[in-house]
Amino acid sequence: MSVEIRTVQRGSMVLVEVCGEVDLYTSPQLRAEILKMAAGKNLSLMVNLECVTYMDSSGVATLVEALQHVNRNGGRMVLFGLQAEVKEIFELTRLDKVFDIRSNFETAMKWVTA
Amino acid sequence: MSSDAAFLRVLRSAVDQICALAGFSKMDSSKIVLAVDEACSNVIRHAYKNKPGKPIVVTCHILPTKLEITLTDQGEAAEISSIQPRALDDVRPGGLGVHIIRTVMDEVQYENLAAVGNRLVMCKYLPKENRS
Repeated sequence: MSVEIRTVQRGSMVLVEVCGEVDLYTSPQLRAEILKMAAGKNLSLMVNLECVTYMDSSGVATLVEALQHVNRNGGRMVLFGLQAEVKEIFELTRLDKVFDIRSNFETAMKWVTA
Repeated sequence: MSSDAAFLRVLRSAVDQICALAGFSKMDSSKIVLAVDEACSNVIRHAYKNKPGKPIVVTCHILPTKLEITLTDQGEAAEISSIQPRALDDVRPGGLGVHIIRTVMDEVQYENLAAVGNRLVMCKYLPKENRS
């Protein structure tokens, strides 16, 4: 697999760190991990994409699914650290208007705790 | 390449290098790579129903005014009229590949091949300074 996923939970705050390339081959792994975390009630789910060098529509679909789960469970979700090439797919699909996207951990944290 | 998603990263690397040879910027190259990856993923998922080991022939030609990329498969023939981008206002997982391909590429043509198989020809016009 060319993707690594690390999750850290502190109370209602969950940080998911994704590294590598997210495509049709690796997105099932991301889906399994992130949906497990998104199942909790009233969570603040922060997804760190700083080390993601590539994402296709299956990766984006996985994040849409996670967002829907989080919203249904009364929580909120923020993405941060998107590289230009990864940001591009969100813009191409206009999902940059759907997700809360912040530039780095500090600004994402500010949004979560606001 | 084989219809195995593990090979997609190899294809992306090759297409990226061809885009650089054709004179595309880093950002344009990454969009073209994304479009080709989406097209190939669609072949794996829809034409071959996720069965590995089936052939997908990808050819790239740098022509005087455009980069032409052709994908040919021997999978289930698609109904051409059904290959449509979906409305983006409908926020749900999946179904974005065709939208990405049509947005990124300048020319997109799907064809059925006789009883089985599909061919997709996608073109991107070269940057003006690289046209001959």
